[in-house]
Amino acid sequence: MSEVLVVVDHVDGAVKKPTYELLTIAARLGEPSAVFIGSAAQGAQVAEAVKAYGAEKVYVVDDAQIKGYLVAPKAEVLQQLVAKTSPAAVLIQSSAEGKEIAARLSVKISSGLITDAVDVQAGGITTQSVFAGNFTVNAKATQGTPVITVKPNSAAPVEKAAAGAVEQFDAVISDAAKTAQIVASQPRQASGRPELTEAAVVVSGGRGTGGDFTSVEAFADSLGAAVGASRAAVDSGWKPHTFQVGQTGKTVSPQLYVAAGISGAIQHRAGMQTAKTIVAVNKDEEAPLFELVDFGVVGDLHAVLPAATAQIEARKG
Amino acid sequence: MNIVVCVKYVPDATADRQFKSDNTVDRVGVDGLLSELDEYAVEQALQVKEKRDGEEITVTALSVGPEKAVDAVRKALQMGADKGVHVLDDAIAGSDAAATSLVIAKAVEKVGPVDLVVFGMASTDAGMGVVPAMVAERLGLPQVTLASVVETQGNQVRIKRDGDAATEVIGGTLPLVLSVTDQSGEARYPSFKGIMAAKKKPLETFSVADLGIDAGQVGLAAAWTQVEATAARPPRTAGEIVKDEDGSGATALVEFLASKKFI
Repeated sequence: MSEVLVVVDHVDGAVKKPTYELLTIAARLGEPSAVFIGSAAQGAQVAEAVKAYGAEKVYVVDDAQIKGYLVAPKAEVLQQLVAKTSPAAVLIQSSAEGKEIAARLSVKISSGLITDAVDVQAGGITTQSVFAGNFTVNAKATQGTPVITVKPNSAAPVEKAAAGAVEQFDAVISDAAKTAQIVASQPRQASGRPELTEAAVVVSGGRGTGGDFTSVEAFADSLGAAVGASRAAVDSGWKPHTFQVGQTGKTVSPQLYVAAGISGAIQHRAGMQTAKTIVAVNKDEEAPLFELVDFGVVGDLHAVLPAATAQIEARKG
Repeated sequence: MNIVVCVKYVPDATADRQFKSDNTVDRVGVDGLLSELDEYAVEQALQVKEKRDGEEITVTALSVGPEKAVDAVRKALQMGADKGVHVLDDAIAGSDAAATSLVIAKAVEKVGPVDLVVFGMASTDAGMGVVPAMVAERLGLPQVTLASVVETQGNQVRIKRDGDAATEVIGGTLPLVLSVTDQSGEARYPSFKGIMAAKKKPLETFSVADLGIDAGQVGLAAAWTQVEATAARPPRTAGEIVKDEDGSGATALVEFLASKKFI
């Protein structure tokens, strides 16, 4: 069976959940191989983590030479791994960086690129949601090795013990790939909440908060959710841009999306339309988002959310 | 210094968009416009030029697309770009991102030795956001993408961006490919003077043959990906909507969340 390369998403060797989702999807297409680009010293720890989710092989690529450079070196690493392994597909998380790595890789290996898949079936048939959720599209790569970026929460990770055989891979990186560099980096302040793009539950606030996110945040915390914001809330200066959900902010694809005080402009819908379950709380019963919801409450979020938070806390005991 | 800013003519996102029987987007009968996100790219291209007062800098607006796509180029000229290039060829219809990036890369090369290629962060129709990286790959250039702040000095470019896990400053050396977000600064409106001046600005039209591209390399038949099926989302089974009266909304909400096992 052909290998399927899965690029490991991690922070300093701590593997993130979307990687396990990708490994689960990879098993439908072939034999999952994890590609870890990071500190060689963390290879064993990563292998231990990914082999529990079906990774038969773990390619460890020491990033000492390329750390701090942008996506071009990673695309070269993958190009060389594709040449070595002739995989059935390459799966990468659909983050901004993941999509750019995939873009460069697809041109390098003259292969079809599909982004933002919400499902991938045997044979590499992907499912995507387009036009603000009004259409579902099935697509596949018709040339080369399919390069597919997959949104977080597109599969439930399935634990499956595998060999996880570690193989060091020495890639040759061109100087040309090392011409854009991270000069300074200010890590996001840890909020104690899950990361917006990966969270299983997202609670977002909009214009209807009036700038007071207290009840949105408390409700989010009761559900273990990430907090997001609409563009209106960001443009009003109530939340930084990193919170923005929508076409020009972050795209989220959670199990549950709760929109509080958000009317649901098409740009916002484009950023959250693939959520499995959608809930809205809004005073305005004409808000377009109510057309999309599985459950809606017409009411003041500053009354509904605190009461709901209290009830959830009570249920949790 | 040569700056090329890429602008896309897109179907209006608020219009009713459909697919055709060949699974390509139906662009007939839907109003189009310069992709809003590309206006920010035009703005930043013009700002680079204005901040480097005294240097000879040409900003070329480039669009690949059907006849109407020239409207996107015109808008950029009205805003202040110096000249326009429109790649127009029936062979291009149905091109995927890979073929589009090939056409853009060849067109950029034809414009001349280029220092900076500027894109919006994504189109407002397909929205993949991969074409800047693909064009960079084809031109053998670095890319600095998703900039919220752009600064250039000499041949150095520095941008600021909100990365996935951190706010970053990225540095690169010209020539390079740049993409900007809607946080980079409001795009200017064309002035009356700008609109009049745009009519006299040079606007060239190229076919794929003019760019040295074989027609078989582009278009639907040459696409590296194929859409096999499109389906309009089934009308959503109307979700339950309750009115909050005396706190009943919160109780109903919590019961719904519990029934779906979110609590």
